[in-house]
Amino acid sequence: MTTDPSAVVPMVLSAIAEVAPELEPELADLDHDIDFWLELQLDSMDHLSIMTRLSEQTGREIPERDYPRLTTINALATYLSTSDAH
Amino acid sequence: MTEPPTFDYRLPSLGADMDEGRVLEWRVSPGDTVHRGDIMAVVETEKSDIDIEIWHDGVVESFLVDIGERIDVGTPIVRLRAVGDAPEPTATAGPTPAAGSITPESITSETSPPAGGVTPARAATRGAPAISAPAGADRVPASPLARRVAAERGIDLATVTGTGPGGAVVRADLDRAEHVRPDAGAGRADVAPAAQRSRSVASMRSAIAERMSRSNREIPHYHLARDVDLGRLTGWLEQRNADRPITERLLPVACYVRAVALAAARHRELNGFWVDDHFEPADEVNVAMVISLRRGGLVAPHIASADQRTLEEIMSAITELVGAARTGTLRSSWMTGSTLTLTNLGDTGADLVHGVISPPEVALVGVGRTRPRPWVVGDLVSVRPIATVTLAADHRATDGAIGSRFLAAVADELEQLTNLEASA
Repeated sequence: MTTDPSAVVPMVLSAIAEVAPELEPELADLDHDIDFWLELQLDSMDHLSIMTRLSEQTGREIPERDYPRLTTINALATYLSTSDAH
Repeated sequence: MTEPPTFDYRLPSLGADMDEGRVLEWRVSPGDTVHRGDIMAVVETEKSDIDIEIWHDGVVESFLVDIGERIDVGTPIVRLRAVGDAPEPTATAGPTPAAGSITPESITSETSPPAGGVTPARAATRGAPAISAPAGADRVPASPLARRVAAERGIDLATVTGTGPGGAVVRADLDRAEHVRPDAGAGRADVAPAAQRSRSVASMRSAIAERMSRSNREIPHYHLARDVDLGRLTGWLEQRNADRPITERLLPVACYVRAVALAAARHRELNGFWVDDHFEPADEVNVAMVISLRRGGLVAPHIASADQRTLEEIMSAITELVGAARTGTLRSSWMTGSTLTLTNLGDTGADLVHGVISPPEVALVGVGRTRPRPWVVGDLVSVRPIATVTLAADHRATDGAIGSRFLAAVADELEQLTNLEASA
């Protein structure tokens, strides 16, 4: 099952805003194809909190081995809009 | 039976750099029965908004200050009536085993709050009142723990009525008295308007400036560093986390906390306080964690008895502390009683830190960014994930030899994993 990734983008952004409310003003202008963890200076605790939220909201496990390719908003949205591979 | 006495709960000092605050919100109402560990109020300090916990059981009688009123540390804020003679230590059996737990030496052994401990004992001068010290004593009799807690909270022992052997002040007396001396701080900045949940960066900077200046002024620091090979730990964590749901995964920082706590438990000379020109070792190992706040500044809540906790317990405590720090819901018990501090620079941070100790502690451990480095194993050079662990220590309390042994112990825990994985 696949949904439109662009429909998932707002969920990703709101997960970031929930974990880091101070960054909300910056999210509007955020480039969706750059490494936002670095850009927004999010640390490993933020990473864990955001991934936990997204995992809970989508019901999808996000194994650590997938972390390295989940660095941009678009990559995350695409990943989350695709169901687990079977 | 006579009516139980009342006692006043005073605004505690939530760190050496705090000398005033404002009540933002009451979390209890007159008539409520409260138990040790319950949150009484949300208090605004320069650094953060903090949930203030009650130290012992009682029934709320009245509020003694207004919402938004600026009050000094030590000001009575709530009047309570004691409950019977034997309050149940319910807080220790509460559902949150993580960071909030209060240290075990509870107040349960001496439970009836004597009026003397809580009435304005301010007039008493050191050594003078017959009630609190045997004649001839120029030093107020007190248990080592009480002495340490008093130093931590800024309480003058001479103003506390002791109920221990020979009138010695014990920990419980301090909990009852909650008589806090405003820290003799230097410059003060105005705190932000009461209704505002976030502190201005300027006032937090002022608080940090005061404390760090005091540290650099008073503490002769020495600094040590040691590179640690985290290859084994990284591999173990990867494997462990691979088949676990996201909520059960461990971050390296949990391992750092446990490694530091285990090393501190074995090297007690670095775990405690410099008070009254001598070192007081602490009974517990309460590791404070430096958490930077995005709007600027930092806070350092602690994980109590970290050496007694498993990695999983430490991880959930860290998650709770970081979440609370960043949402302004820190609890007062996390903010007092730390015995040494850990600062973790994270993977986007610098390679190493020469830390500044947070008085009255005598040690600060720093863990730098983990980065791939050439490393000699046997006769071969290989590339390994290396982190530089540093120690800033108080030269009045220890010498470099002890610091080196401590760092070696931290390195050993992180490289061998023998004790790290073991359940507490």
